[in-house]
Amino acid sequence: MISQALGGGFADAPIQSARAFRAALEAMARPGRILTVEGVAPPAPLSIGAGVLLLTLCDRTTPLHLAPGHDAPEIRDWITFHTGAPLVTPGAAAFALGRWEALQPVTRFRIGQPDYPDRSATLIVEMDALTNDGAILTGPGIETTARLSLPELAAFRLNRDIFPLGYDTFFTSGDKIAGLPRSTRVEAG
Amino acid sequence: MSDYNFAYLDEQTKRMIRRAILKGVAIPGYQVPFASREMPMPYGWGTGGVQVTAACLVPEDRLKVIDQGADDTTNAVSIRRFFQKTAGVEVTEATAEATIIQTRHRIPETPLTEGQIFVYQVPIPEPLRFLEPRETETRRMHELEEYGLMHVKLYEDIARHGTIATSYDYPVRVEGRYVMDPSPIPKFDNPKLSGNPALQLFGAGREQRIYALPPYSQVVSLDFEDHPFVASKAEHDCDLCGAADSYLDEVITDDQGNRMFVCSDTDYCRGRRAAGQVGRLGGEAA
Repeated sequence: MISQALGGGFADAPIQSARAFRAALEAMARPGRILTVEGVAPPAPLSIGAGVLLLTLCDRTTPLHLAPGHDAPEIRDWITFHTGAPLVTPGAAAFALGRWEALQPVTRFRIGQPDYPDRSATLIVEMDALTNDGAILTGPGIETTARLSLPELAAFRLNRDIFPLGYDTFFTSGDKIAGLPRSTRVEAG
Repeated sequence: MSDYNFAYLDEQTKRMIRRAILKGVAIPGYQVPFASREMPMPYGWGTGGVQVTAACLVPEDRLKVIDQGADDTTNAVSIRRFFQKTAGVEVTEATAEATIIQTRHRIPETPLTEGQIFVYQVPIPEPLRFLEPRETETRRMHELEEYGLMHVKLYEDIARHGTIATSYDYPVRVEGRYVMDPSPIPKFDNPKLSGNPALQLFGAGREQRIYALPPYSQVVSLDFEDHPFVASKAEHDCDLCGAADSYLDEVITDDQGNRMFVCSDTDYCRGRRAAGQVGRLGGEAA
């Protein structure tokens, strides 16, 4: 079991995490755009996309919450070995990982403070599939409109309503990632 | 390759900067504090921009660095060489060929495109700083959207000079929320901030702030109904390439009062001259 936790990380971290960050940046800067990432082999049910985001963005300074379904010993060991991120409760988390249902209620996560809205959580939501249909997105990063298969509308609408507070979200499915910053307005497609 | 870690910074630092950039992108115009590092160049030489660029670079990038529009000044040349040495990336002077452009105080004349990241070097990121020196107060003003003081400053310009005399560092409002300092670009460049297909990132090293404009963000230069914003430039054409639409530098050419106006964007000017465009003094200079 231990040897499984030691493997599956970036083989060349500086280069691979740089490429991964560019994909994450592109995803967050252009909501609705679906990008492909590579370079890690995390234990199931963790997707490649979520694994890449964790290894690129998390370390000892970023408390991480694992939602039920992802709070398994193999995943905990793998994340701890590769990132050192402390595993915490939702209210203390800088990052949270899990399926959308398992992360509920999302109102538990940090939305920042009025004077420091950046002190908010980033959710990594594991999806069965990620496609450019469903909800209609508008806002910064989108020229006209974009579409993304969101798991729900109401929560993201509420999240937009409290802008500049709010959490930011990455969606992952297999080796695909997409982003939804708090600034995006969502409507039913 | 070199003996440096890719793009100079250690991985822990890059992760910290990358997280700040992502939060900046998610909250357009809001200044995200970050733990700025000492860089092998003095503050004021673009340490903020360099750290943002280092956090964004991939080996496949082609980097362009400009200083007041020029590719060939000390600051631009040294930063370009820094990343050639520490990241092994290709460099270019052509705006259209670059994937990342780091800039000091200009936006190129050639329109930026979707695939590009545009990184500004920012000396003072807080637009309200010269009006209110206390960080605790300016932070509260951003929190409450209390931007009246900024308009008072512009109004005082009008009262004193009859027009808004602020010609660079001209404050903007991002997506109807945060008032932002676009770094000391001439106000001629302000319209290019809005609706830009490129991702624009701002790094202030000494002041330890990162902020961002996602692509196509709506950016409005502050003004008054009876004194609307005007993107001004010198009333001349470029003396080398004849361009009437580019931002110009004034160059004193002798002690007899002669002067010439040339494009501040050296790549744009060179491109026009290569295409056969000639300005008033273009023949002599060539």
